[in-house]
Amino acid sequence: MLSQIVSALGVVVVAVFACSAYFYFSNKILDLALPVKDGDIRSAARNLNRRAMIRPWLFLGPALFLLVVYLVYPVVATFILSFYDRSGEQFVGFANYQWAFSDREFRQSIFNNILWLAVVPAACTFFGLVIAVMTDRIWWGNIAKSIVFMPMAISFVGASVIWKFIYEFRGGNDTQIGLLNAIVQLFGGTPQVWISVPFWNNFFLMVILIWIQTGFAMVILSAALRGIPEETIEAAVIDGANGWQIFWRIMVPQVWGTIAVVWTTITILVLKVFDIVLTMTNGQWNSMVLANLMFNWMFRGGGDSGRSAVIALIIMLAVTPIMVWNVRRANRELGGH
Amino acid sequence: MTLARDFFKIGPARLFVHFVVLVIVILWLIPTLGIFISSLRDKDQLVVSGWWTAFAGSSRTVASRLGQPDQQKQEGATYVIAGNVLEGQEGRSIRAFGTRVQQPAAYSAGETADLGDGVSLLVNSDGTYRYMKNAPFGPDDGGRRVYVSIATPPEFTMQNYRTVLTGEGIGQSFINSLTVTIPATIIPILIAAFAAYALSWMEFPGRALLIALVVGLIVVPLQMSLIPLLRLYNTVGAAFDAPSKTYLGIWLAHTAFGMPLAIYLLRAYIAGLPKEIIESARVDGASDFEIFVRIVLPLSFPALASFAIFQFLWVWNDLLVAMVFLGTDRQHLVLTGALNALLGSRGGNWEILTASAFVTIIVPLLVFFGLQRYLVRGLLAGSVKGG
Repeated sequence: MLSQIVSALGVVVVAVFACSAYFYFSNKILDLALPVKDGDIRSAARNLNRRAMIRPWLFLGPALFLLVVYLVYPVVATFILSFYDRSGEQFVGFANYQWAFSDREFRQSIFNNILWLAVVPAACTFFGLVIAVMTDRIWWGNIAKSIVFMPMAISFVGASVIWKFIYEFRGGNDTQIGLLNAIVQLFGGTPQVWISVPFWNNFFLMVILIWIQTGFAMVILSAALRGIPEETIEAAVIDGANGWQIFWRIMVPQVWGTIAVVWTTITILVLKVFDIVLTMTNGQWNSMVLANLMFNWMFRGGGDSGRSAVIALIIMLAVTPIMVWNVRRANRELGGH
Repeated sequence: MTLARDFFKIGPARLFVHFVVLVIVILWLIPTLGIFISSLRDKDQLVVSGWWTAFAGSSRTVASRLGQPDQQKQEGATYVIAGNVLEGQEGRSIRAFGTRVQQPAAYSAGETADLGDGVSLLVNSDGTYRYMKNAPFGPDDGGRRVYVSIATPPEFTMQNYRTVLTGEGIGQSFINSLTVTIPATIIPILIAAFAAYALSWMEFPGRALLIALVVGLIVVPLQMSLIPLLRLYNTVGAAFDAPSKTYLGIWLAHTAFGMPLAIYLLRAYIAGLPKEIIESARVDGASDFEIFVRIVLPLSFPALASFAIFQFLWVWNDLLVAMVFLGTDRQHLVLTGALNALLGSRGGNWEILTASAFVTIIVPLLVFFGLQRYLVRGLLAGSVKGG
């Protein structure tokens, strides 16, 4: 194990050094190849111009390479693969698409995904907003915020284990060691195997993501709320508005933009979410979502690249409106600099 | 905000806010607390009682036999067999006792139980008992069975951690996770910072288009990339006669997947640096490389730090990329993968699962609480501006 630590450290150093060396030496070589000498003014000016044309691409090079190879090319390749058979060799036209819409599991996944999209972003944004408003007004608010924010640091797998323990069920007369079943029993209910109750198990899985992501919404919304001009709230107070009215009529409308950003960010996350379903149920008991269905088709029985490509494209299609909106917003914002 | 704040301080509304926030904090804390406490509990106690009783101690029921009739002594009209049911384990205390297995704790310690037929039994908390009858004990009364519940103090142990770190491959996975995470955190920052500088302060055709591309790529789902990349890796691996699942492969994947957000966040920050500094450096004859290394990099430290934390948490907590590009064999499992595998193989062994889960979350939690300030700053830089 010690040798692995040492070799890992060595590789880390080499990787970081190689990366720095690229930038250093590529710039050095450019300066040497296009020299700027004091004597020859015309060639110096020409070389300076050429340097200015080439240098941005030296700076951007590695980033562009990675973006194209890892994100742009795959989008195109996935699109093409979706028209081919399981091994990606035989053109099959729209057969994979036809399969998708007639497959029971696929429709189940779409349904569950819509369920997730309807519940999780809304719940996170709502709880985040309420907690932000409340914690801004008490002296120990920052401690409370840290605690609500903390699950952001925990992996989805870790969070799934944490919640699986809460949903733990024991049969027979054994003492329930899962908190939820213990509470149910305390109030005279019958303990359940929560994660295998069809339909409702989706919500038990969503709770995990809501638990993780509410802190994110809270932090961002709390910053936006601080930006609300004090005068508007004061005026409302003088006019006799109560806390509820101030919240809904004064605060919420002024942070709509931020609410939209938070909502979108969590929506993207929900579409990509994979770990929680894999860890908790692996899609059993009707809890499958698109991301996991795609993963299954990628590796199930040697893999079916055509069908999984179709599923990936559906996920992509779902985020496209958000992508367009994002680019538009950024363009407005970055218009100048 | 003084007036607004005063408004919320008036009357029961303020108390209500404190109460609600307290409830929320408890709700958010309890799941993690449960895992943490359970990971420190003795594995035998873990299965018989909920973690919330860990501090109350538990009780276990043992069967014991009372003495034989030949030990009886006459005290007035009563015959008494006396002794101690805790023989051999002094120091423990008894909470309750009973004579029937269905009701092993029918009587509390120190209480005299009337067992009918003029027979009664008293068991004290220190284990001493008096078994009494208003007539002599006959041979049938010998060695009567009695159940006592012995209070066990709360026991905490590090044994679960020792087990998972050495026996369950979690230690190995911990190192794998570090090997994956450290370069996959440093390299993207370096590459993204150079790109962000070029997109902020260098004039070249197609710049606006590139910025739009980066912003658009932020939302491309990871799933999209998996199949083509897996094929690409296999082709490249075959061409160089190298395995397709390597650390280099996963570093590049994480670097690329983090790249759009990194460029986006760092560009927002670097473009906001004061124009005067950069232009006066240019006038003094500094090249872009020098400006970047000597001025922009040091000034951007807060943004670099916040992205570093993000990327660290993201890579450390990732499961999908690691499963696809590093594989799921025992040698290459990262912590999240190992934990997921344990859920499959040791699903009921909560002492293993809780300790493993805590090992996987301890590093990000430390990073998180140590550098929370930077993390929040980075989050805000990217999201609130559009609000």
